[in-house]
Amino acid sequence: MDLNFTPAELAFRDDARKFFRSEIPEAIRNKVRDGIELTKEEIVTQHRILNARGWAVPNWPAAWGGQSWSPVELYLYQDEMQQAGVPGPLAFNASMVGPVIAQFGSDEIKQRFLAKTANVDIWWCQGFSEPGSGSDLASLRTKAERVGDKYIVNGQKTWTTLAQYADWIFCLVRTDPIAKKQEGISFLLIDMTTKGISVRPIQTIDGGHEVNEVFFDDVEVPAENLVGEENKGWDYAKFLLGNERTGIARVGQSKAQVARIKALAKLEFASGAPLADDLRFQERIAEIEVELKALEMTQLRIVADERRQVKGKPNPMSSILKIKGSGIQQALTELVMDVVGPYVMPYQWHEDGSNEPVIGSLDAMTAAPEYFNNRKVSIYGGSNEIQRNIVAKAILGL
Amino acid sequence: MDFDLSDDQRLLKDSVDRLMADKYGFESRKTYLAEPDGWSRPVWAQLAELGLLGLPFGEQYGGYGGGPVETMLVMEAFGRGLVLEPYFASVILGGGLVRSMGSADQQTDILTAIANGKRLLAFAHIERHSRYDLADVTTTATRAATGWRIDGAKSVVIHGDCADQILVTARVSGGQRDRDGIGLFLVDATSAGVTRRGYPTQDGLRGAEITFAGATGEPIGDPEAALPGVEHAVDRGIAALCAEAVGILSSMQELTLDYLKTRKQFGRAIGEFQVLQHRSVDMLVGVEQSRSMALFATVMADETNPVERQRAISAAKVQIGRAGRLIGQDAIQMHGGIGMTMEYKVGHYFKRMTMIDKLYGDADQHLTRLAKLGGLFGKAA
Repeated sequence: MDLNFTPAELAFRDDARKFFRSEIPEAIRNKVRDGIELTKEEIVTQHRILNARGWAVPNWPAAWGGQSWSPVELYLYQDEMQQAGVPGPLAFNASMVGPVIAQFGSDEIKQRFLAKTANVDIWWCQGFSEPGSGSDLASLRTKAERVGDKYIVNGQKTWTTLAQYADWIFCLVRTDPIAKKQEGISFLLIDMTTKGISVRPIQTIDGGHEVNEVFFDDVEVPAENLVGEENKGWDYAKFLLGNERTGIARVGQSKAQVARIKALAKLEFASGAPLADDLRFQERIAEIEVELKALEMTQLRIVADERRQVKGKPNPMSSILKIKGSGIQQALTELVMDVVGPYVMPYQWHEDGSNEPVIGSLDAMTAAPEYFNNRKVSIYGGSNEIQRNIVAKAILGL
Repeated sequence: MDFDLSDDQRLLKDSVDRLMADKYGFESRKTYLAEPDGWSRPVWAQLAELGLLGLPFGEQYGGYGGGPVETMLVMEAFGRGLVLEPYFASVILGGGLVRSMGSADQQTDILTAIANGKRLLAFAHIERHSRYDLADVTTTATRAATGWRIDGAKSVVIHGDCADQILVTARVSGGQRDRDGIGLFLVDATSAGVTRRGYPTQDGLRGAEITFAGATGEPIGDPEAALPGVEHAVDRGIAALCAEAVGILSSMQELTLDYLKTRKQFGRAIGEFQVLQHRSVDMLVGVEQSRSMALFATVMADETNPVERQRAISAAKVQIGRAGRLIGQDAIQMHGGIGMTMEYKVGHYFKRMTMIDKLYGDADQHLTRLAKLGGLFGKAA
C-alpha cells in the first residue's frame, strides 16, 4: 500500500497544473471561480485550447483522439482542471455523445461526427428527459416512426441544457410502441435547424437561462442518423450515463470553492473583526473540509479499483460520489451566502458588458443565485434518491 | 498510488482474521469478560505467540517491525471482534510512547517485555479538569535524591488496573496549562506511593483511578519537554482507534443489512421498505467515508510536520465521531427491540463506538483543533 502518487503521476499533475493555469485565459477562469455565467464563445474558446493539445476528449478511443491515460491520470487531469477554474470540455460532446458514437456508431457516422464533436464544430445538446419522465427515464414518449428512409419525430424534451447554443441534439426516441418500455427506444441524432423543431427557454429560480424545452412537430430525420441498432438505444444510454464515473464528485471544484470562501471571509467583517477569525465560521468550514477530504480519499479508492472493473459498465460506487459530492457542493454555496451576509440581497444580474458598479462584492452578486442554482445538483443526473435506490439494489442487495 | 496490500500484509490480515474467527466469537468474548481481569490471559499469550504484541516494534526487540498500515489491519480486525485485551493501552500507546521517547536501554527493556507478553503498560494523563488537553497537568514531578518523586491524581487510565508499569505525565516546571515543563515518567504500578481503584468501563474494557503520593518515577525522554513526543504517540494512537472504529462501523452496517434481509414484518422483509433502504445506504456511505479517513490518518500518522499530522488526525477523528453516532444510532433503531439487548452483538459495538469518541478528543474537540490549525484545503495566502 502506497498512497503517494508515483513520480510519473506527480510530473503529470505538475504539467497539467501549468498548462491549465498558463494556457486557459485567466478572465475565463476567474469567472468560473466567481460563479459568473460564461458566454458561448468563452466555453468554445477554452474547449478548443484543450482540444489543440489533445486534452478535450481524453476518455475517447485513441484512434479518435483519446489519451489512453490511467484512471489516476484521468483523475489528476480532472482535479487540476477543476481547481484551476477551467470550465472543461463541453460535456455533451466529450463525455456524452462522443463516446457513444465511438463505441456503437457505424464507420460512416464516426467519420461524419467525431472530429467535429471533439472540436465543438458541432455543439451538441442532450434530448433525454421529458415532462412525464424524470427519474423514470425509460417511460419516455417522444416517438420516431420509420417512413421510407426517414424517421418522423413527434414529442417534447425538457431540461435541455444550453439548447439555445446547440447545433445538434442526441435524442432517445420510442421506435417500438409495443415492446417493453426499455426495449423500444432508439438513439437518434437530429440537426437543430430541421423544420418542426422549436426551443422555448425555461428560466430557473436563480434568474438564469440554462435549460429549455425542445418541441418536435413532424420533424423529418434521415434514417442514417440512427446510432447503432434500432431499439437498442436504452443500452447506449446506460453506457453514456455510466461513463461519468469519477468527475461527478467535483472534488477539485469544491477545493477551489473552499479556497474562495476562506479568502472571502478575510474581507467580510463581523463584530469589528474579519469573519475568518471567528471560530464558529472556522469550524463550519472545517466540518465541510473533513467531508471533502473523505470524499477525495473515497474517490481515489474507486479510481484505484477501476482497473478491476468492467469498462463501460456503471460502477454503483459512483453513486456514493454523487450523493456526497452534491451535498458538499450545496453546503459550500450556503456558506458563501452566509459569509456575504446582507449583501446577498440586491438582485444584480448583469449581462456581459454592463457598466453598473457592483453592490458589495463580486461574490455578493452571485452568492444567492449560485445557492439557488445548486439545488439542481442533487436532482439532475439521477436524483440522490435514485442514487440511493441504485446503491440499495446493486451494492446492498436489498 | 496503490491501495493494495503487500503479500506480507495480506498474510498478516488473514492470520488476525482467522484468530478472531477462532477465538473471538461473541460467546467466547463473554467468557473473557467474566475473567478476573475482564479479559483473557491465554488470548494475550496467543497474541504474543503470533508476534502481534511486538507488531510496531523493531526486530531487535523481538518485534515485527510493522508500520501504521500493519497497525491499521490489526486494529480493524480487533474492532470487528470487540477485543477486550489491553492491546491499545499497552502495545499501541504504552509501546508507542516508549518508542517515541525512550532511551536505547529503556526501549530494549520495555519493548522486549511488552512484545513477549511479560509486561503490561498503561498511560495516565487525564486529570479531573484537564478534559482532552494533554498539556493541562497538575501532577508534579520533583527531583529527589534517588530519582524523581511523583505526586498527583490521574483519572480514567485505560487498563490502568492490570498494568505492571504506568506511564504518567507530570509537571516539572511551569503553570498548569504550559506546554513546556512536562515530563513522562515510568512508575511501577505496585511500588510504594501508588494506589489504584480499578473498574469496568461502559464498553466492557477496564479503567482505573490512580493516585501517586511520593511514588518513584523514571523519566522517559526529556523530563521538561516530553509533550511533542506524547502528542505524536497519541496521534498514532488515534489513527489506530480510527482503524478499530472502521472494523466496528462496518460490522454494525453488515449486521443491520443482514437483519433487514431476514426480519419480516407485514408479510415481507423489512429491507423492502424504501425508507429503510435509503437509511442503510447512508450507513454504507458513512462506513466508506470513515474507511477513507482512517486510511488518511494511517498514512499521516508518522508525518514529520506536526501541524500537517495534527490536521489529518483531527479530521479523521471528526469523521469517525460523526459517523459513529449516525451509524450506531441507526443500527440500533433499524434492529428495533433486539438491538437494545445485551444478548445481541450490535449494542456492544454501539457502546464501544461511543467510548472511542471520548478517547483522545471527541468530534467537537477535534473540529475545533482542525479549525484553529486552518483546516485542510485552500490555505489562503
